[in-house]
Amino acid sequence: MKLAYWMYAGPAHIGTSRVASSFRNVHATMHAPLGDDYFNVMRSTSERERDFTPVTASVADRHVLARGSQEKVINNISRKDEEQHPDLIVSTPTCTSSILQEDLQNFVDRASLSSESDVIPADVNYHRVNELQAADRTLEQITRFHLDRARRQSTSDRSVTNRPSANIIGIFTSGFHNQHDCRELKRLPGESGIAVNQVIPEGGSLRYLKDLPRAWFNTVPYREVGLMTATFSEKEYGMPYISITPMGISNTADFITQIGKLVNVWASALSEKRLNYKLYIDNQTKFVSQAAWFSRSIDCQNLAGKEAAIFGDATHAASITKILVKEMGIRVSCSGTYCKHDAERFNEQVRGLCDEVIVTEDHTEVGDTIARIEPSAIFGTQMERHIGKRIDTPCGVTSSPVHIQNFPLGYRPFLGYEGTNQIADLIYNSFNLGMEDHSLDVFGGHDTKEVSTKSLSTDRGDINWTPEAESEPSRIPGFVRGRTKKNTEVFAKRNNIPEITIDVTYAAKEKSSS
Amino acid sequence: MKTPEIPTFECETGNYHTFCPISCVAWLYQKIEDSFFLVVGTKTRGYFLQNALGVMIFAEPRYAMAEPEEGDISAQLNDQKELERICLQIRNDRKPSVIIWIGTCTTEIIKMDLEGIAPKLEKQLGIPIVVARANGLDHAFTQGEDTALAAMTHRCPEYNRRTTHQLGEDMARHVAVDVAPSKKFFDERGKSNICNLVLSGSLPSSVASQLNLESRRQSVSVSGWLPSQKYTELPALGEGVYVCGVNPFLSRTATTPMRRRKCQLVGAPFPIGPDGTRAWIEKICSVFNVKPDGLEERENQIWKNLSDYLEVITGKSVFFMGDNLLEISLARFLIRCGMVVYEIGIPYMDRRYQAAELLLLQHTCEKMKKPTPRIVEKPDNYSQVQRMHELQPDLAITGMAHANPLEARDIDTKWSVEFTFAQIHGSANARDAPELVTRPLRRRSDSVSGCRSLSRQTVDV
Repeated sequence: MKLAYWMYAGPAHIGTSRVASSFRNVHATMHAPLGDDYFNVMRSTSERERDFTPVTASVADRHVLARGSQEKVINNISRKDEEQHPDLIVSTPTCTSSILQEDLQNFVDRASLSSESDVIPADVNYHRVNELQAADRTLEQITRFHLDRARRQSTSDRSVTNRPSANIIGIFTSGFHNQHDCRELKRLPGESGIAVNQVIPEGGSLRYLKDLPRAWFNTVPYREVGLMTATFSEKEYGMPYISITPMGISNTADFITQIGKLVNVWASALSEKRLNYKLYIDNQTKFVSQAAWFSRSIDCQNLAGKEAAIFGDATHAASITKILVKEMGIRVSCSGTYCKHDAERFNEQVRGLCDEVIVTEDHTEVGDTIARIEPSAIFGTQMERHIGKRIDTPCGVTSSPVHIQNFPLGYRPFLGYEGTNQIADLIYNSFNLGMEDHSLDVFGGHDTKEVSTKSLSTDRGDINWTPEAESEPSRIPGFVRGRTKKNTEVFAKRNNIPEITIDVTYAAKEKSSS
Repeated sequence: MKTPEIPTFECETGNYHTFCPISCVAWLYQKIEDSFFLVVGTKTRGYFLQNALGVMIFAEPRYAMAEPEEGDISAQLNDQKELERICLQIRNDRKPSVIIWIGTCTTEIIKMDLEGIAPKLEKQLGIPIVVARANGLDHAFTQGEDTALAAMTHRCPEYNRRTTHQLGEDMARHVAVDVAPSKKFFDERGKSNICNLVLSGSLPSSVASQLNLESRRQSVSVSGWLPSQKYTELPALGEGVYVCGVNPFLSRTATTPMRRRKCQLVGAPFPIGPDGTRAWIEKICSVFNVKPDGLEERENQIWKNLSDYLEVITGKSVFFMGDNLLEISLARFLIRCGMVVYEIGIPYMDRRYQAAELLLLQHTCEKMKKPTPRIVEKPDNYSQVQRMHELQPDLAITGMAHANPLEARDIDTKWSVEFTFAQIHGSANARDAPELVTRPLRRRSDSVSGCRSLSRQTVDV
């Protein structure tokens, strides 16, 4: 047993549900007790999703413990099939079904006899993989399922597209800035004459999945999800893939150079003219992205040698480390990830860039490390932001897990050339905020405090509060406390009550009709 | 006189969204200040809690997960040793007065004997360990609190009329300190009956003291609360003690003191809304043979204070999808406010514990000349959405999973969980529930480019 307060990556079924619900017209069902379909709440709130999340639970109750789920799972699958006619139903294992050792494959086999939709069980071991690994696996599984079938039915079209084209693999729901990154990613090759063949899973339709291999190559922007699909396509269909994350100027340049290489291989085969990307990279770096100029500017000079700590998923933590060190001259004291399964590669990525590497899933270890090295700024997840609050250190959020405020409505990619601008802002603002606070301290804080308190206060002065009553407003959340206090005093005055007791506060609340 | 129409009860498939009952940890650890909650369950539970609790999770909460790993599931590891190790760590780090183990579906399925292990470890560690099985196999959302409080009833000190009289007074004094009585309203406080009334239900301390005040106005003093602010201050239970629930989901907490501690249960409607608060007080007074005084004027006064809200909601219709068991009381209150209730979805309906509330619902429907709503136990969310599509209610009270999609389909919604955390009990808080209910209705305007339905889901074949 493990004592835990917080986890960075969720349980496996969340990953599977995220992938399934990102595709169009795919439904995920899970066999779980009441309350385990919390994913629907998360998707509906943090992503502000307008549509019903296509995930349902067939609720496991005590009868299931006694006699097994019997027809329950199958009936639920058939019911979804009739009600919503999805293209595919993914039966998702949960901790409950794995402890009950239910034979999902058997359920699925029986359910698919009677349903129009395809039904597959997500091949995910609940105890051994986390959310991200499960998502990676499920995406590969769904792709493989459809491509294999297309091949069997010989409906697959294996001719490559006339114009160079690419698939973008791994953009999906509840991902950190995924929607914006996707738009930026489409633009990146698009400007250099490369079409986007398909984006999966987000918004992808299974009906067209068979055309996936028509692209010239695959791009996998995030390491966590999509690599399995890409390696599978490489093995089965000979599709090359690019796994460089185009985050930061140099990574983006590498990414485009890779594209150039892959495209030009075909270009020569098709006896077309070779495309030259060097000029494009040069132009973008100098004029579209402000980041290169920013790192030359005086602002950034002030950041030189400042210390930072970084934590997050493998993709974002590694890329941000590289940006800070190589592009801004900031010293990274510590860089870390919670993607334990990808530790080796992460170490390799940040080697030589930081003083210390931590790979852990324990947020207290991260907190202690940060507290020890006292960086000027932190770049991490929401958890690190709160660690930062506690030790008075500014934090820029650069990786999942995140809150609703990290699903902005405005355009905030992290990838591509626009992404470099966004990241530069984020980094500069984080450091600057810390310096502003620091200089305030140096100059003795807000020296106008006394004067401004008077104009901002709700104190009436001429009315007494008993100590008990005084303690009452302190139980009220801070942001309404002032108003409540004022209302009470107005009420007391109106009723000629000289002293505010606790009963008066209640009576005032009762009477208040603003 | 025509007898009121009896509400119809239906039962559906139970495929509905609600919170896992372990969420009770979120408010109970704040209520019981010296407690520590240990949730024994897998990552799924932990993930739910950390997301549902939101910001609270960052405030060093007094709760944690004990996550069984593969070795625990296959019984390669010894449950007792594992729990001992973890509880020792908690005891040393946090020094709580009680550790409450929350059993989850995982512990149910692998049949971990928490109740058996707890007394042994309790002796070994010298710290009380209370076991509550708040799992999603048997319970929904707020029922988690019910299991925890029911488990705590066994830890309440024994009430003995003769020898503990002094103790009872101490307790009353203690409660009184908590409440900080005013001499202005209660000069004859000394005269108030020594009643042994214990109220059950976890409420914020200010709401609890408002309810104390409410009953003291009728010179019935409350001798204790379950739960108390501290575990070490649990109220005494025993023969001669009356117990009354303040929340509709506490049926186990009501029956346990009755069956195991020989207490008497006061079956009253719940003090939600001015009508509910009045009926609740009246019932308590009748038990203690006190003639209630000035209740009607008080209720009317409060209704008058609500008039601006009533203007907004009168005549509007509402649909409860059901997820927290407050539904019957809220529906009753809203009908009294002049709304039409189409359907009351509810996870679980204890018709005995809620009998008085159901009766009040019937009378309210009759009085307001509104149709009696259908009560749907274990609702099926999919069918409910279909029904809502036909009925087009003005307001749906629903969980967050459905709120945004329904809004996009032009049905105003109120997030039901807010009713669980808002202060809706007693007369002093009468405005808070209508404040929540009217919020979506008040903001309704057609100004945004005239789009009503903003759903993206199109039927493409």
